[in-house]
Amino acid sequence: MNLFTILISTIFINNYVFAQFLGICPFLGVSNKTETAAGMGVAVTFVVTLASVITYVIHHYILAKLGLEYLQTIVFILVIAALVQLVEMFLKKSSPGLYRALGVYLPLITTNCIVLGVAILNIDMNYNIIETIVNALGASIGFAIALLLMAGVRENFELADIPKPLQGFPISLITAGLMSIAFLGFSGLV
Amino acid sequence: MTAILYPIVVLGGLGLLFGVSLGFASKVFAVETNPLVEAIREVLPGANCGACGYPGCDGCAVAMVEGKAPASACSVGGQSVAEKVASILGVEVGEINRQVATVLCQGDCSKAKNKYKFAGLRDCRSQNILAGGSKSCSYGCLGCGTCVDVCDYDAIHIVEGVAIVDKEKCVACKACIDVCPKNIIELVPYESEVIVKCKSNDPGKVVRANCSIGCIGCKICVKNCPEDAFSFENFLAKINYEKCTNCGICVEKCPTKAIFSDIEKVSLKAQ
Repeated sequence: MNLFTILISTIFINNYVFAQFLGICPFLGVSNKTETAAGMGVAVTFVVTLASVITYVIHHYILAKLGLEYLQTIVFILVIAALVQLVEMFLKKSSPGLYRALGVYLPLITTNCIVLGVAILNIDMNYNIIETIVNALGASIGFAIALLLMAGVRENFELADIPKPLQGFPISLITAGLMSIAFLGFSGLV
Repeated sequence: MTAILYPIVVLGGLGLLFGVSLGFASKVFAVETNPLVEAIREVLPGANCGACGYPGCDGCAVAMVEGKAPASACSVGGQSVAEKVASILGVEVGEINRQVATVLCQGDCSKAKNKYKFAGLRDCRSQNILAGGSKSCSYGCLGCGTCVDVCDYDAIHIVEGVAIVDKEKCVACKACIDVCPKNIIELVPYESEVIVKCKSNDPGKVVRANCSIGCIGCKICVKNCPEDAFSFENFLAKINYEKCTNCGICVEKCPTKAIFSDIEKVSLKAQ
């Protein structure tokens, strides 16, 4: 599979949020404002891409060599947790506003299944290092797009006349479902 | 043996590696925080209500340390918090003039007339859009309880169609003041017992037609006040709370009883 196909398919066709339903927690939690959604998108992009590269190296040059593939999950989580800590420290220093806006969702990137999911899928699909990077970038761009689209829609909820029982989370879940169906339209593109 | 040793070495080694690099990173990205700010932040109520004029308690704590805000800036915390903050900062805090929100309208269901019956959303702001609300008096409390909804301290309630603030519970966070479409809620010193509870700028005749307890602009209070505490503007009497001694003469003389007072308290004081 060439790199372009991987990129397009992870962003649109197999969008990790809309098609594979990974990373739903921040998708619903941080999509209130476009600004914080963009910040979250960048933070996740950083963590996912770097985690994919590091886990690729660790898996192929340490775990596989020693026959320790069964340690995959715990080692990957260790890598992700350390990276999230690093991002948190960096944001606290460089952008306290964004740090406060992201709140609890920043450390929660650790448990965001999209990060672990991408890292493990890279290994399972037997991607090489370049393909791994492209796949990780595509996954996180797809995640950021999903977050931004959702934030754009949710900002308009403020002005919309929504029936009372549907206000707040119910309408967000309905919107997420409809967007997921809309993304089905991309299937068959590649 | 290696089956046990390798996983331990690999996991332990990776853990150590990440631990050391994170420790190094924490030195590089260390954020210097003023310990005073954190100490004050601990003391503040943490309601993030914004009554102090700063974005949340964090912002207020920073402003206090920088000297931009006085130690008594937190109206919610009152005297006790101000004293704690002052002791942290090493400054003196004087007596704080505690203020409470007060609804300046007494036109309840039995006293004020309505011009139409409102059957829409129970929200003062939406009612106000419809011809200024259902009350004949365009200055009066609409009684839909929007202020009740925004109060985090259970300090304001609708009684007989008019909002009334519980003085003891009010912390002067100004949430109700900001939300009231009629702008009839004001901060009044806690000590003040005598308050003109009317905001109508209509001439006396109009007020009389709409409400039996409004200020009709007769100026009797102005003439009778021994302390000269009244000012008069746009058919409405206003009390200068600094001059007022809560003597209660105006309360007795007021023909419509628009000047509100906890009469019993005042007469007790007089005795």
